[in-house]
Amino acid sequence: MRYLPKSPAEREQMLAEIGVSSIDELFSVIPEEYRLTRDLDVPRQQAESEIIAYFNEEAAKNIIGYASFLGGGAYRHFRPIIIDSLVQRGEFLTSYTPYQAEITQGTLQAIFEFQTMIAELTGMDVANASMYDGSTGAAEAVLMAMRITGRSKAVVARTVHPEYREVLATYLRHRDMATSEVAYTKNGRVDLAALEESVTEETAAVLVQSPNFFGTIEDIPAIAEIAHKKGALLVVSIAEGVSLGIVRPPVEADIVSIEAQSFGVALSYGGPYVGVLATKEKYLRQIPGRLVGQTTDSNGNRGFVLTLSTREQHIRREKATSNICTNQALVALMATIFLTVYGKEGIRELAEHNLAKAAFAAETFKLQSGVKLLFEGAPRFHEFVIDTAEAPPLWSQRLLNEKIVGGIELKKWYPELGNATLWCTTEPIKRKDIEAAAKVLAAGLAEG
Amino acid sequence: MSTIETPAVNKAIGKVRPHQTQNERLVFEKSSPGKKAYKLAPLDVPEVDPEALLGDAVRKDPPGLPELSEIEIIRHFTRLSTWNYAIDLGMYPLGSCTMKYNPRVNEWVSRIRGLAEAHPYRPDSLAQGILNIIDLLQKCLIEITGMDTITLQPAAGAHGEFTGILLVRAWHESQGNARKKIIIPDSAHGTNPATAAICGYQVENLKSNAEGGIDLEALTAQVDEETAALMLTNPSTIGVFEEQIHKIADILHDKGALLYMDGANMNALVGKVRPGDFGVDVMHLNLHKTFSTPHGGGGPGSGPVACKKFLEPFLPTPVLVQDENGMKTWNYDRPQSVGRVRAFYGNTGMFIRALAYILANGPDGLRQTTEDAVLNANYIRKKLEDVYELPYKTPSMHEVVFSDKKQVAKGVKTGDIAKRLIDYGFHPYTVSFPLIVPGALMIEPTESESLEELDLFIDAMRSIAKEVEETPELVKSAPHSTRISRLDEVKAARKPVLRWKPE
Repeated sequence: MRYLPKSPAEREQMLAEIGVSSIDELFSVIPEEYRLTRDLDVPRQQAESEIIAYFNEEAAKNIIGYASFLGGGAYRHFRPIIIDSLVQRGEFLTSYTPYQAEITQGTLQAIFEFQTMIAELTGMDVANASMYDGSTGAAEAVLMAMRITGRSKAVVARTVHPEYREVLATYLRHRDMATSEVAYTKNGRVDLAALEESVTEETAAVLVQSPNFFGTIEDIPAIAEIAHKKGALLVVSIAEGVSLGIVRPPVEADIVSIEAQSFGVALSYGGPYVGVLATKEKYLRQIPGRLVGQTTDSNGNRGFVLTLSTREQHIRREKATSNICTNQALVALMATIFLTVYGKEGIRELAEHNLAKAAFAAETFKLQSGVKLLFEGAPRFHEFVIDTAEAPPLWSQRLLNEKIVGGIELKKWYPELGNATLWCTTEPIKRKDIEAAAKVLAAGLAEG
Repeated sequence: MSTIETPAVNKAIGKVRPHQTQNERLVFEKSSPGKKAYKLAPLDVPEVDPEALLGDAVRKDPPGLPELSEIEIIRHFTRLSTWNYAIDLGMYPLGSCTMKYNPRVNEWVSRIRGLAEAHPYRPDSLAQGILNIIDLLQKCLIEITGMDTITLQPAAGAHGEFTGILLVRAWHESQGNARKKIIIPDSAHGTNPATAAICGYQVENLKSNAEGGIDLEALTAQVDEETAALMLTNPSTIGVFEEQIHKIADILHDKGALLYMDGANMNALVGKVRPGDFGVDVMHLNLHKTFSTPHGGGGPGSGPVACKKFLEPFLPTPVLVQDENGMKTWNYDRPQSVGRVRAFYGNTGMFIRALAYILANGPDGLRQTTEDAVLNANYIRKKLEDVYELPYKTPSMHEVVFSDKKQVAKGVKTGDIAKRLIDYGFHPYTVSFPLIVPGALMIEPTESESLEELDLFIDAMRSIAKEVEETPELVKSAPHSTRISRLDEVKAARKPVLRWKPE
């Protein structure tokens, strides 16, 4: 086997030195009745060329070269080439969690830079080293709010990503923590009056997303006021990090949970992505996951270490803030490189391009007969919702014929929205794709 | 040896280290306004006025991100990378972490366009390739574990534990009683008790017996009608296979409790024995340990959960199914499901890598891999047991745990020996774990080490043992060869500085 660095003679030599006559002697502790005496029924050993051929063949069954208007928590942005050049360096790729600080300063400093960038983007004081993704991050943020406030209720906006809400429900299932959902208004934002009614002195956290699942930007200052008036914490989930280049950060929030996939991470059919929690300094000791802090060595040189680990499972066991151990370090590194490439000016310019594409697409679609733009009257980033007279499966097939993947049907999560679909226009979408899609949307009605 | 001091005169000229480990400031300290590493394609739609569109929601103050050119970014992160130790540089014997070779073809195939650019919400009809890959991996992992069904959704090992214990709880609830407690051996990873607690269970500690294994009498006494499950790591964290495994399963099953297996040490079993065959009801795997996906400095991982048929109704949604036309699709209609544990379907990029590893090995390679991993650990044990105390004499599987008992007499602890290993060109072993061994040295070589590398490691460990006798101070003040010396962790925790700020 080509990954195994031993000759048969070396194996024999080692067995002799150990003092056993065969390798099976080393497995003799396993009760005989359970030992596997046959080959595993998995595909036979393959050459590298065969492995590549297999994956190429499967990949070819997935479409490529289509224009895609899919968003909804996973966003296609251009990925600068140097991201993959750098993260594939063996020193990053094949190192472990940086517990031994002297020989993992590269990972530690990069995470420190990541934490700084996330704090800068969100307007929070501190950020952790990463969470699995945006959905689990949001759930952990709600649990964190529960620990801080000692309260046991959560109020969640229905405009939060439906799958994030499902994950939250799973996390809260055995916590005696009740949640209530708050409806949205006709401009696609949280219903503030309903929110005010739902938040009580027992509310630990108000969870909203902005831009929300409909692409609409929530009125964070107003929501924060409602939450804080009752002593609840505001958790803001951000599924599209690039929005922070142009959208005001939710500085009134107590905890911000970001899905940072947009920062240079491949779509990869849903993962690996990277979540991250940011918060105010005063809540630091309740944050889950790893944290990198700055310190000095015995010669006074600056260096970085994993810190405040008394919050974590390997020290606190059942009293830990979370059971999280492995996080998404290499993906956080991708985000760090992406944010360094774009920098202060680039992140704004990139966000502006996304904003402009969506504004153009929404206006273009709106002009087509049988198409109605929903949730007008509130600011949006790069996603918007349309309602079509024609059922989505009909026009989606026509779009696919044109090598275009249309928006996401919302009925599955929002039955009341009927034919509504969620469209996303990131910067790789071209004007001609938008115009082609608009034509197809209009065509149905003309023919029908 | 002494620390490499940086003379002040060198600091003044900036380049103060040998090339491979040049000093490098924080990326923010290298920034200057107006430098760029990006260029956007021209906007092909009308420009917009953000303030007009966003109103109060517009961002007024730009985030303090750095401004650098492309070459500076390449150099910055390349320089940082040289400060890391890595499997690619040498043996990384972290016990319990299975730091094996990460094959490069895995990285290559995970980046094939049709896979890397697949959006999770693309229609199933346009994602058959990736669904075939997921299906084949599921089948392979079910076969390897001897279980009946699987979910790939959990993002890491601890997330898999969470999912597995949710399955346990959902099953007990379906039987009318969720039960109250989970029994966890004192040798377990910290994630086990943390997981039980977040699933709403009381944690009951089980004391290991004199051999470091499960004490059957104590277990029998402890398991009752309120026991939901035992969370067992097998081989245990001292690298020992639970010889009485089936009796353990029987004790639990007699009281209606389940056997959960932490699969962290599955690298000792693949192709030789299957947990499903020895009574395990539910277990998680770590694709980033056993199946060679890279640790990446702490993630991403992937923590599939395999289980027996009776737990299938409770698996997280969605579940991959095949329709009557042979088309693979996601099934969301799962009324008894524990719910989702994360958005989308899991860390798909890791599935691709793990499957590539399984294909590269085949059944013979997987078995040989396990045999070599166990061979390596036993070789190290044999070659070091005269200089380091072996607290448990039971046969070792894929890792061996020594203690610092002999060295403590000279005032040298496991942590010091670990730091000294760095000077010999190795990453330290796992320090002070498992908790049942005071001053533990937990060594897991994995199958990826050649005889040459193992002998170098053994020489290093023997040399350090000698230094402990002759010059203990040298060991206690190690490492001496690194860019920075031991860091002040107390200072880091007392006054946390978790982000850079402009002066």
